[in-house]
Amino acid sequence: MEIREGLYYTKDHEWVRVEGNRAYVGITDYAQDSLGSIVYVELPEEGKALSKDEVLGVVESVKAASDIFAPISGTVVEVNEALADNPELINESPYENYMAVLSFENKDELNELLSPAQYEELTKGE
Amino acid sequence: MDRKTPLYEVQKNSGARFISFGGWELPVSYTDIITEHQVVRTKAGLFDVSHMGEIQITGKDAVKALNRLISNDIAQVPAGKILYSPICYENGTVVDDILIYKFSEEELLLVVNAGNTQKDDEWIRSQITGDVKVENLSDKYVQLALQGPEAEDIIKSILDEDTELPGFFRFKEVSLLGMKVLLSRTGYTGEDGFELYLWLPNSCADPEKLWNGILDAGKDKGVAPVGLGARDTLRLEAALPLYGHELSEDISPLEAGLKIFVKMNKDDYIGKAALSRQLDQGLKRKLYGFEMVDRGIPRNGYDVIMDGSRIGYVTSGGLLPTLNKNGGLALLDNPDLKDGETIEIVIRGRKCKAVLVPLPFYKKKYKK
Repeated sequence: MEIREGLYYTKDHEWVRVEGNRAYVGITDYAQDSLGSIVYVELPEEGKALSKDEVLGVVESVKAASDIFAPISGTVVEVNEALADNPELINESPYENYMAVLSFENKDELNELLSPAQYEELTKGE
Repeated sequence: MDRKTPLYEVQKNSGARFISFGGWELPVSYTDIITEHQVVRTKAGLFDVSHMGEIQITGKDAVKALNRLISNDIAQVPAGKILYSPICYENGTVVDDILIYKFSEEELLLVVNAGNTQKDDEWIRSQITGDVKVENLSDKYVQLALQGPEAEDIIKSILDEDTELPGFFRFKEVSLLGMKVLLSRTGYTGEDGFELYLWLPNSCADPEKLWNGILDAGKDKGVAPVGLGARDTLRLEAALPLYGHELSEDISPLEAGLKIFVKMNKDDYIGKAALSRQLDQGLKRKLYGFEMVDRGIPRNGYDVIMDGSRIGYVTSGGLLPTLNKNGGLALLDNPDLKDGETIEIVIRGRKCKAVLVPLPFYKKKYKK
Protein backbone atom coordinates (compact mmCIF):
# COMPACT_ATOMS: atom_id res chain seq x y z
CA MET A 1 0.00 0.00 0.00
CA GLU A 2 1.49 3.32 -1.02
CA ILE A 3 1.80 6.12 1.51
CA ARG A 4 3.26 9.21 -0.08
CA GLU A 5 5.75 11.51 1.61
CA GLY A 6 4.97 15.21 1.73
CA LEU A 7 1.24 14.73 2.44
CA TYR A 8 -0.88 15.01 5.55
CA TYR A 9 -3.27 12.18 6.43
CA THR A 10 -6.40 11.61 8.54
CA LYS A 11 -7.59 8.63 10.53
CA ASP A 12 -10.48 8.42 8.04
CA HIS A 13 -7.97 7.61 5.26
CA GLU A 14 -7.92 10.96 3.47
CA TRP A 15 -4.81 12.75 2.28
CA VAL A 16 -4.15 16.49 2.14
CA ARG A 17 -1.60 18.21 -0.09
CA VAL A 18 -0.92 21.82 0.84
CA GLU A 19 0.09 24.41 -1.74
CA GLY A 20 0.12 27.86 -0.15
CA ASN A 21 -3.37 28.33 1.28
CA ARG A 22 -4.86 25.65 -0.99
CA ALA A 23 -5.43 22.13 0.33
CA TYR A 24 -6.00 19.30 -2.15
CA VAL A 25 -8.06 16.53 -0.56
CA GLY A 26 -8.39 12.93 -1.70
CA ILE A 27 -8.60 9.40 -0.33
CA THR A 28 -5.59 7.18 0.28
CA ASP A 29 -4.40 4.08 -1.53
CA TYR A 30 -5.41 2.10 1.55
CA ALA A 31 -8.94 3.57 1.36
CA GLN A 32 -9.46 2.83 -2.34
CA ASP A 33 -8.14 -0.69 -1.87
CA SER A 34 -10.49 -1.36 1.05
CA LEU A 35 -13.49 0.03 -0.83
CA GLY A 36 -12.85 -1.88 -4.04
CA SER A 37 -14.23 -0.65 -7.37
CA ILE A 38 -15.41 2.91 -6.96
CA VAL A 39 -18.50 3.48 -9.07
CA TYR A 40 -19.72 6.91 -8.00
CA VAL A 41 -18.25 10.05 -6.50
CA GLU A 42 -20.31 12.90 -5.13
CA LEU A 43 -18.40 16.17 -5.08
CA PRO A 44 -19.12 19.31 -3.04
CA GLU A 45 -20.32 22.52 -4.65
CA GLU A 46 -17.74 25.14 -5.40
CA GLY A 47 -17.98 28.05 -3.00
CA LYS A 48 -19.27 25.93 -0.15
CA ALA A 49 -17.72 26.69 3.23
CA LEU A 50 -16.92 23.56 5.21
CA SER A 51 -15.93 23.17 8.83
CA LYS A 52 -13.43 20.51 9.75
CA ASP A 53 -15.14 17.07 9.85
CA GLU A 54 -18.16 18.23 7.84
CA VAL A 55 -19.11 15.94 4.93
CA LEU A 56 -17.13 17.03 1.89
CA GLY A 57 -18.39 14.36 -0.48
CA VAL A 58 -19.27 10.71 -0.91
CA VAL A 59 -17.40 7.86 -2.49
CA GLU A 60 -19.47 4.82 -3.41
CA SER A 61 -18.14 1.38 -4.10
CA VAL A 62 -20.32 -1.44 -5.44
CA LYS A 63 -21.09 -2.42 -1.88
CA ALA A 64 -21.59 0.82 0.03
CA ALA A 65 -21.47 4.59 0.25
CA SER A 66 -18.74 6.20 2.37
CA ASP A 67 -18.76 9.81 3.51
CA ILE A 68 -15.58 11.77 2.99
CA PHE A 69 -14.98 14.46 5.62
CA ALA A 70 -13.25 17.80 5.35
CA PRO A 71 -9.86 17.23 7.02
CA ILE A 72 -9.58 20.97 7.78
CA SER A 73 -11.94 23.94 7.61
CA GLY A 74 -12.05 25.84 4.33
CA THR A 75 -13.97 26.93 1.28
CA VAL A 76 -14.32 24.67 -1.75
CA VAL A 77 -12.57 26.50 -4.57
CA GLU A 78 -12.24 23.64 -7.05
CA VAL A 79 -13.56 20.13 -7.54
CA ASN A 80 -12.19 17.32 -9.70
CA GLU A 81 -14.95 17.11 -12.31
CA ALA A 82 -13.24 14.20 -14.07
CA LEU A 83 -14.35 11.94 -11.22
CA ALA A 84 -18.02 12.42 -12.11
CA ASP A 85 -17.61 10.48 -15.34
CA ASN A 86 -14.64 8.35 -14.31
CA PRO A 87 -14.89 7.51 -10.63
CA GLU A 88 -12.50 4.59 -11.17
CA LEU A 89 -9.65 7.12 -11.52
CA ILE A 90 -9.48 7.04 -7.72
CA ASN A 91 -8.75 3.30 -7.84
CA GLU A 92 -6.15 3.80 -10.54
CA SER A 93 -4.18 6.61 -8.90
CA PRO A 94 -5.61 7.79 -5.60
CA TYR A 95 -2.91 10.40 -4.95
CA GLU A 96 -3.25 12.05 -8.38
CA ASN A 97 -7.01 12.28 -8.21
CA TYR A 98 -8.02 14.76 -5.54
CA MET A 99 -11.73 15.26 -4.88
CA ALA A 100 -11.70 18.94 -3.99
CA VAL A 101 -9.46 21.89 -3.22
CA LEU A 102 -10.14 23.84 -0.05
CA SER A 103 -8.91 27.36 0.47
CA PHE A 104 -8.05 27.66 4.15
CA GLU A 105 -6.95 30.26 6.70
CA ASN A 106 -6.29 28.32 9.86
CA LYS A 107 -2.91 26.64 9.52
CA ASP A 108 -3.17 25.31 13.09
CA GLU A 109 -5.61 22.64 11.97
CA LEU A 110 -2.85 21.07 9.88
CA ASN A 111 -1.04 20.21 13.11
CA GLU A 112 -3.89 17.92 14.06
CA LEU A 113 -3.39 15.79 10.92
CA LEU A 114 -1.19 12.71 10.73
CA SER A 115 2.28 12.49 9.24
CA PRO A 116 3.03 9.70 6.71
CA ALA A 117 4.75 7.72 9.49
CA GLN A 118 1.80 8.15 11.87
CA TYR A 119 -0.61 7.16 9.12
CA GLU A 120 1.41 4.07 8.29
CA GLU A 121 1.25 3.11 11.95
CA LEU A 122 -2.54 3.53 11.86
CA THR A 123 -3.04 1.34 8.79
CA LYS A 124 -0.88 -1.39 10.30
CA GLY A 125 -3.23 -1.51 13.27
CA GLU A 126 -6.33 -2.06 11.12
CA MET B 1 -18.36 -13.06 17.59
CA ASP B 2 -19.23 -14.09 14.05
CA ARG B 3 -18.99 -17.70 13.03
CA LYS B 4 -16.57 -18.88 10.38
CA THR B 5 -17.06 -21.57 7.75
CA PRO B 6 -14.59 -24.50 7.52
CA LEU B 7 -13.10 -22.74 4.48
CA TYR B 8 -12.25 -19.49 6.28
CA GLU B 9 -8.49 -20.09 6.43
CA VAL B 10 -8.23 -21.13 2.76
CA GLN B 11 -10.11 -18.00 1.75
CA LYS B 12 -8.09 -15.75 4.00
CA ASN B 13 -4.88 -17.11 2.51
CA SER B 14 -6.17 -16.46 -1.00
CA GLY B 15 -6.63 -12.77 -0.17
CA ALA B 16 -10.35 -12.59 0.57
CA ARG B 17 -11.80 -9.58 2.36
CA PHE B 18 -14.41 -10.46 4.92
CA ILE B 19 -17.63 -8.87 6.11
CA SER B 20 -20.20 -9.76 8.70
CA PHE B 21 -23.41 -11.22 7.24
CA GLY B 22 -26.21 -13.05 9.04
CA GLY B 23 -23.98 -13.82 12.03
CA TRP B 24 -21.12 -15.10 9.88
CA GLU B 25 -17.77 -13.73 8.81
CA LEU B 26 -17.85 -14.29 5.06
CA PRO B 27 -15.71 -13.31 2.07
CA VAL B 28 -17.21 -10.25 0.39
CA SER B 29 -14.68 -10.40 -2.44
CA TYR B 30 -11.38 -11.96 -3.46
CA THR B 31 -10.31 -9.52 -6.14
CA ASP B 32 -13.01 -7.07 -7.07
CA ILE B 33 -16.80 -7.35 -7.06
CA ILE B 34 -17.30 -6.29 -10.69
CA THR B 35 -14.61 -8.67 -11.98
CA GLU B 36 -16.11 -11.53 -9.96
CA HIS B 37 -19.59 -10.67 -11.24
CA GLN B 38 -18.36 -10.92 -14.84
CA VAL B 39 -16.55 -14.19 -14.16
CA VAL B 40 -19.88 -15.76 -13.18
CA ARG B 41 -21.70 -14.30 -16.20
CA THR B 42 -19.05 -15.42 -18.71
CA LYS B 43 -17.14 -18.37 -17.16
CA ALA B 44 -17.76 -19.83 -13.71
CA GLY B 45 -17.53 -18.64 -10.13
CA LEU B 46 -17.12 -20.71 -6.97
CA PHE B 47 -18.88 -19.54 -3.81
CA ASP B 48 -18.63 -20.79 -0.26
CA VAL B 49 -22.21 -20.60 0.98
CA SER B 50 -21.77 -22.78 4.05
CA HIS B 51 -23.55 -20.12 6.11
CA MET B 52 -26.86 -21.31 4.64
CA GLY B 53 -28.87 -23.38 7.12
CA GLU B 54 -30.09 -26.94 6.60
CA ILE B 55 -33.06 -28.31 8.52
CA GLN B 56 -34.17 -31.88 8.00
CA ILE B 57 -37.75 -33.05 8.42
CA THR B 58 -38.29 -36.81 8.53
CA GLY B 59 -41.16 -39.11 9.45
CA LYS B 60 -44.33 -40.60 8.15
CA ASP B 61 -46.14 -37.24 8.03
CA ALA B 62 -43.20 -35.16 6.73
CA VAL B 63 -44.83 -33.97 3.50
CA LYS B 64 -48.25 -33.27 4.95
CA ALA B 65 -46.80 -31.58 8.02
CA LEU B 66 -44.48 -29.28 6.10
CA ASN B 67 -47.17 -28.47 3.57
CA ARG B 68 -49.17 -26.87 6.38
CA LEU B 69 -46.25 -24.43 6.92
CA ILE B 70 -45.49 -23.39 3.34
CA SER B 71 -47.37 -21.51 0.62
CA ASN B 72 -46.09 -23.68 -2.24
CA ASP B 73 -47.08 -27.36 -2.55
CA ILE B 74 -44.48 -30.03 -1.74
CA ALA B 75 -47.06 -32.83 -2.09
CA GLN B 76 -47.15 -32.37 -5.88
CA VAL B 77 -43.37 -32.69 -6.26
CA PRO B 78 -41.68 -36.02 -7.11
CA ALA B 79 -38.69 -37.32 -5.15
CA GLY B 80 -35.41 -35.95 -6.49
CA LYS B 81 -36.87 -32.52 -7.12
CA ILE B 82 -36.46 -29.23 -5.32
CA LEU B 83 -39.19 -26.75 -4.51
CA TYR B 84 -38.81 -23.06 -3.72
CA SER B 85 -41.34 -21.77 -1.20
CA PRO B 86 -42.04 -18.95 1.20
CA ILE B 87 -42.93 -19.84 4.79
CA CYS B 88 -45.57 -17.38 6.01
CA TYR B 89 -47.00 -16.14 9.25
CA GLU B 90 -50.76 -16.18 9.84
CA ASN B 91 -50.95 -12.58 8.53
CA GLY B 92 -49.30 -13.55 5.24
CA THR B 93 -45.89 -11.94 5.82
CA VAL B 94 -42.77 -14.02 5.47
CA VAL B 95 -40.84 -16.08 8.04
CA ASP B 96 -38.32 -17.11 5.40
CA ASP B 97 -37.98 -18.23 1.79
CA ILE B 98 -36.46 -21.66 1.42
CA LEU B 99 -35.54 -24.53 -0.87
CA ILE B 100 -37.01 -27.94 -0.08
CA TYR B 101 -35.13 -31.03 -1.28
CA LYS B 102 -37.56 -33.93 -1.50
CA PHE B 103 -35.66 -37.17 -0.88
CA SER B 104 -38.87 -39.15 -0.38
CA GLU B 105 -42.36 -38.74 1.06
CA GLU B 106 -40.73 -39.19 4.47
CA GLU B 107 -37.53 -37.20 4.14
CA LEU B 108 -37.18 -33.51 3.30
CA LEU B 109 -34.18 -31.19 3.57
CA LEU B 110 -34.88 -27.49 3.94
CA VAL B 111 -32.18 -25.01 2.93
CA VAL B 112 -32.81 -21.74 4.72
CA ASN B 113 -31.27 -18.28 4.95
CA ALA B 114 -28.31 -18.08 7.33
CA GLY B 115 -29.69 -15.29 9.46
CA ASN B 116 -33.02 -17.08 9.79
CA THR B 117 -31.79 -20.56 10.65
CA GLN B 118 -32.51 -20.42 14.35
CA LYS B 119 -35.78 -18.54 13.91
CA ASP B 120 -36.96 -21.07 11.29
CA ASP B 121 -35.95 -24.01 13.44
CA GLU B 122 -37.96 -22.62 16.37
CA TRP B 123 -40.91 -21.65 14.16
CA ILE B 124 -41.09 -25.06 12.52
CA ARG B 125 -40.85 -26.89 15.86
CA SER B 126 -43.55 -24.71 17.39
CA GLN B 127 -45.97 -25.09 14.46
CA ILE B 128 -45.41 -28.54 13.02
CA THR B 129 -47.74 -31.39 13.95
CA GLY B 130 -47.92 -35.11 13.24
CA ASP B 131 -45.39 -37.92 13.18
CA VAL B 132 -42.25 -35.95 12.24
CA LYS B 133 -38.78 -35.25 13.49
CA VAL B 134 -37.14 -31.84 12.95
CA GLU B 135 -33.37 -31.62 13.06
CA ASN B 136 -31.11 -28.62 12.47
CA LEU B 137 -28.15 -30.03 10.53
CA SER B 138 -26.61 -26.68 9.57
CA ASP B 139 -23.28 -27.30 11.29
CA LYS B 140 -22.81 -30.59 9.50
CA TYR B 141 -22.94 -29.31 5.92
CA VAL B 142 -20.47 -27.36 3.86
CA GLN B 143 -22.22 -25.80 0.89
CA LEU B 144 -20.51 -24.55 -2.24
CA ALA B 145 -22.06 -23.05 -5.36
CA LEU B 146 -20.48 -23.27 -8.80
CA GLN B 147 -22.27 -20.88 -11.13
CA GLY B 148 -21.82 -19.82 -14.73
CA PRO B 149 -21.77 -21.17 -18.30
CA GLU B 150 -18.68 -23.34 -17.65
CA ALA B 151 -20.07 -24.89 -14.45
CA GLU B 152 -21.48 -27.98 -16.15
CA ASP B 153 -18.22 -28.91 -17.89
CA ILE B 154 -16.21 -28.35 -14.72
CA ILE B 155 -18.48 -30.62 -12.68
CA LYS B 156 -18.36 -33.28 -15.42
CA SER B 157 -14.59 -33.23 -15.35
CA ILE B 158 -14.39 -34.04 -11.64
CA LEU B 159 -17.02 -36.79 -11.42
CA ASP B 160 -15.54 -40.07 -10.21
CA GLU B 161 -17.77 -42.05 -12.54
CA ASP B 162 -19.76 -41.10 -15.60
CA THR B 163 -23.28 -40.14 -14.58
CA GLU B 164 -25.96 -37.86 -15.85
CA LEU B 165 -26.07 -34.50 -14.10
CA PRO B 166 -29.31 -33.41 -12.45
CA GLY B 167 -31.62 -31.16 -14.47
CA PHE B 168 -32.93 -27.77 -13.37
CA PHE B 169 -34.13 -27.81 -9.73
CA ARG B 170 -33.25 -31.50 -9.39
CA PHE B 171 -30.62 -33.12 -7.21
CA LYS B 172 -28.75 -36.39 -6.84
CA GLU B 173 -25.97 -37.86 -4.81
CA VAL B 174 -22.74 -38.12 -6.81
CA SER B 175 -19.14 -38.98 -6.09
CA LEU B 176 -16.59 -36.38 -7.13
CA LEU B 177 -12.96 -35.81 -6.18
CA GLY B 178 -13.30 -38.94 -4.06
CA MET B 179 -16.14 -37.49 -1.99
CA LYS B 180 -19.84 -38.13 -1.76
CA VAL B 181 -21.63 -34.89 -2.56
CA LEU B 182 -25.27 -33.90 -2.83
CA LEU B 183 -25.38 -32.06 -6.15
CA SER B 184 -28.30 -29.85 -7.18
CA ARG B 185 -28.91 -27.71 -10.24
CA THR B 186 -29.79 -24.58 -8.34
CA GLY B 187 -28.25 -21.22 -7.61
CA TYR B 188 -28.72 -17.56 -6.86
CA THR B 189 -27.10 -15.81 -9.79
CA GLY B 190 -29.38 -16.19 -12.82
CA GLU B 191 -26.84 -18.49 -14.49
CA ASP B 192 -26.86 -22.22 -15.04
CA GLY B 193 -25.00 -23.84 -12.19
CA PHE B 194 -24.87 -26.15 -9.23
CA GLU B 195 -24.91 -26.20 -5.49
CA LEU B 196 -22.87 -28.85 -3.72
CA TYR B 197 -23.55 -30.10 -0.20
CA LEU B 198 -20.79 -31.90 1.61
CA TRP B 199 -21.86 -33.91 4.66
CA LEU B 200 -19.02 -33.30 7.10
CA PRO B 201 -19.50 -36.39 9.30
CA ASN B 202 -18.57 -38.53 6.25
CA SER B 203 -15.02 -39.78 6.68
CA CYS B 204 -14.16 -38.83 3.09
CA ALA B 205 -15.46 -35.25 3.45
CA ASP B 206 -12.67 -32.71 2.95
CA PRO B 207 -13.96 -29.17 2.31
CA GLU B 208 -10.54 -27.79 1.32
CA LYS B 209 -9.99 -30.62 -1.15
CA LEU B 210 -13.40 -29.94 -2.69
CA TRP B 211 -12.80 -26.18 -2.88
CA ASN B 212 -9.28 -26.45 -4.32
CA GLY B 213 -10.21 -29.37 -6.56
CA ILE B 214 -12.95 -27.39 -8.29
CA LEU B 215 -10.67 -24.37 -8.71
CA ASP B 216 -7.92 -26.58 -10.17
CA ALA B 217 -10.29 -28.41 -12.48
CA GLY B 218 -11.73 -25.17 -13.78
CA LYS B 219 -8.49 -23.23 -14.09
CA ASP B 220 -8.34 -23.47 -17.89
CA LYS B 221 -11.99 -22.48 -18.10
CA GLY B 222 -11.41 -19.32 -16.09
CA VAL B 223 -13.08 -20.32 -12.83
CA ALA B 224 -12.45 -18.02 -9.88
CA PRO B 225 -13.63 -17.77 -6.28
CA VAL B 226 -16.45 -15.25 -5.88
CA GLY B 227 -17.59 -13.47 -2.74
CA LEU B 228 -20.80 -12.25 -1.24
CA GLY B 229 -20.54 -8.84 -2.95
CA ALA B 230 -20.98 -10.29 -6.43
CA ARG B 231 -23.54 -12.80 -5.14
CA ASP B 232 -25.66 -9.77 -4.31
CA THR B 233 -25.19 -7.94 -7.63
CA LEU B 234 -25.81 -11.18 -9.55
CA ARG B 235 -29.04 -11.99 -7.75
CA LEU B 236 -30.19 -8.38 -8.04
CA GLU B 237 -29.74 -8.41 -11.84
CA ALA B 238 -31.72 -11.65 -11.99
CA ALA B 239 -34.32 -10.02 -9.65
CA LEU B 240 -34.11 -12.88 -7.16
CA PRO B 241 -35.45 -11.80 -3.76
CA LEU B 242 -33.21 -11.49 -0.71
CA TYR B 243 -34.79 -12.04 2.68
CA GLY B 244 -34.65 -8.87 4.75
CA HIS B 245 -34.98 -6.79 1.57
CA GLU B 246 -37.70 -7.97 -0.85
CA LEU B 247 -39.20 -10.38 1.68
CA SER B 248 -39.56 -9.86 5.41
CA GLU B 249 -41.84 -10.09 8.40
CA ASP B 250 -43.48 -6.97 6.95
CA ILE B 251 -43.90 -8.05 3.30
CA SER B 252 -46.10 -10.75 1.77
CA PRO B 253 -44.86 -12.97 -1.06
CA LEU B 254 -47.65 -11.60 -3.25
CA GLU B 255 -46.38 -8.06 -2.79
CA ALA B 256 -42.90 -9.30 -3.71
CA GLY B 257 -44.24 -10.68 -7.02
CA LEU B 258 -43.99 -14.34 -5.98
CA LYS B 259 -47.58 -15.30 -6.79
CA ILE B 260 -46.56 -18.50 -8.57
CA PHE B 261 -45.16 -19.80 -5.28
CA VAL B 262 -48.41 -19.09 -3.41
CA LYS B 263 -50.93 -21.86 -4.05
CA MET B 264 -54.61 -21.45 -3.30
CA ASN B 265 -55.70 -24.88 -4.57
CA LYS B 266 -54.13 -26.83 -1.73
CA ASP B 267 -55.16 -27.71 1.84
CA ASP B 268 -55.05 -25.08 4.52
CA TYR B 269 -51.65 -23.67 5.50
CA ILE B 270 -50.45 -20.90 7.78
CA GLY B 271 -51.08 -17.58 6.05
CA LYS B 272 -53.46 -18.95 3.41
CA ALA B 273 -56.48 -16.99 4.61
CA ALA B 274 -54.58 -13.70 4.71
CA LEU B 275 -53.00 -14.27 1.30
CA SER B 276 -56.36 -15.26 -0.17
CA ARG B 277 -57.83 -12.00 1.17
CA GLN B 278 -55.00 -10.05 -0.44
CA LEU B 279 -55.76 -11.71 -3.77
CA ASP B 280 -59.48 -10.97 -3.43
CA GLN B 281 -59.11 -7.37 -2.33
CA GLY B 282 -56.15 -6.54 -4.54
CA LEU B 283 -52.64 -5.69 -3.43
CA LYS B 284 -51.89 -2.36 -1.79
CA ARG B 285 -48.27 -2.37 -2.89
CA LYS B 286 -46.01 -4.10 -5.36
CA LEU B 287 -42.34 -4.65 -6.12
CA TYR B 288 -40.99 -2.84 -9.20
CA GLY B 289 -37.70 -2.68 -11.04
CA PHE B 290 -36.19 0.69 -11.86
CA GLU B 291 -33.14 2.17 -13.55
CA MET B 292 -31.60 5.49 -12.63
CA VAL B 293 -31.86 8.31 -15.15
CA ASP B 294 -29.98 10.85 -13.04
CA ARG B 295 -26.59 10.13 -11.55
CA GLY B 296 -26.58 8.46 -8.17
CA ILE B 297 -26.66 5.02 -6.64
CA PRO B 298 -29.91 3.82 -5.08
CA ARG B 299 -29.53 1.87 -1.85
CA ASN B 300 -31.75 -0.16 0.45
CA GLY B 301 -34.12 2.04 2.45
CA TYR B 302 -33.99 5.15 0.25
CA ASP B 303 -37.39 6.84 -0.16
CA VAL B 304 -39.19 6.82 -3.50
CA ILE B 305 -41.21 9.87 -4.55
CA MET B 306 -43.85 10.20 -7.25
CA ASP B 307 -45.77 13.38 -8.05
CA GLY B 308 -44.37 14.99 -4.91
CA SER B 309 -45.37 12.34 -2.37
CA ARG B 310 -43.52 9.40 -0.88
CA ILE B 311 -44.85 6.19 -2.40
CA GLY B 312 -42.43 3.63 -1.02
CA TYR B 313 -38.80 2.70 -0.67
CA VAL B 314 -35.89 0.95 -2.35
CA THR B 315 -35.52 -2.65 -1.15
CA SER B 316 -32.24 -3.34 -3.00
CA GLY B 317 -30.18 -1.18 -5.30
CA GLY B 318 -26.79 -0.47 -6.72
CA LEU B 319 -24.69 -0.94 -9.78
CA LEU B 320 -26.05 -3.53 -12.23
CA PRO B 321 -22.69 -4.55 -13.70
CA THR B 322 -23.89 -6.43 -16.81
CA LEU B 323 -26.08 -3.50 -17.84
CA ASN B 324 -23.54 -0.96 -16.64
CA LYS B 325 -26.41 1.01 -15.13
CA ASN B 326 -27.55 1.87 -11.64
CA GLY B 327 -30.89 0.48 -10.60
CA GLY B 328 -32.76 -1.64 -8.17
CA LEU B 329 -36.01 -2.92 -6.74
CA ALA B 330 -38.58 -0.78 -4.95
CA LEU B 331 -41.71 -1.63 -3.00
CA LEU B 332 -44.30 0.97 -3.98
CA ASP B 333 -47.77 1.73 -2.56
CA ASN B 334 -49.43 1.50 -5.97
CA PRO B 335 -49.93 -1.83 -7.74
CA ASP B 336 -50.89 -0.27 -11.08
CA LEU B 337 -47.78 1.57 -12.21
CA LYS B 338 -46.47 0.90 -15.72
CA ASP B 339 -43.00 0.42 -17.15
CA GLY B 340 -41.62 3.71 -18.38
CA GLU B 341 -43.22 5.78 -15.61
CA THR B 342 -40.90 8.18 -13.84
CA ILE B 343 -40.16 8.02 -10.13
CA GLU B 344 -37.64 9.85 -7.98
CA ILE B 345 -35.21 8.26 -5.53
CA VAL B 346 -34.13 10.42 -2.61
CA ILE B 347 -30.37 10.05 -2.41
CA ARG B 348 -28.90 11.97 0.55
CA GLY B 349 -31.70 14.53 0.36
CA ARG B 350 -31.47 14.94 -3.42
CA LYS B 351 -34.31 13.77 -5.66
CA CYS B 352 -32.85 11.72 -8.51
CA LYS B 353 -34.91 10.66 -11.50
CA ALA B 354 -35.42 6.98 -12.27
CA VAL B 355 -37.68 5.03 -14.60
CA LEU B 356 -39.66 1.84 -14.01
CA VAL B 357 -38.43 -1.08 -16.14
CA PRO B 358 -39.53 -4.69 -16.62
CA LEU B 359 -37.93 -7.39 -14.47
CA PRO B 360 -35.59 -9.16 -14.46
CA PHE B 361 -32.78 -6.79 -15.42
CA TYR B 362 -30.85 -9.80 -16.68
CA LYS B 363 -32.60 -12.69 -18.42
CA LYS B 364 -31.85 -15.90 -16.56
CA LYS B 365 -29.73 -18.45 -18.43
CA TYR B 366 -31.08 -21.56 -16.73
CA LYS B 367 -30.78 -24.88 -18.58
CA LYS B 368 -34.24 -26.38 -18.28
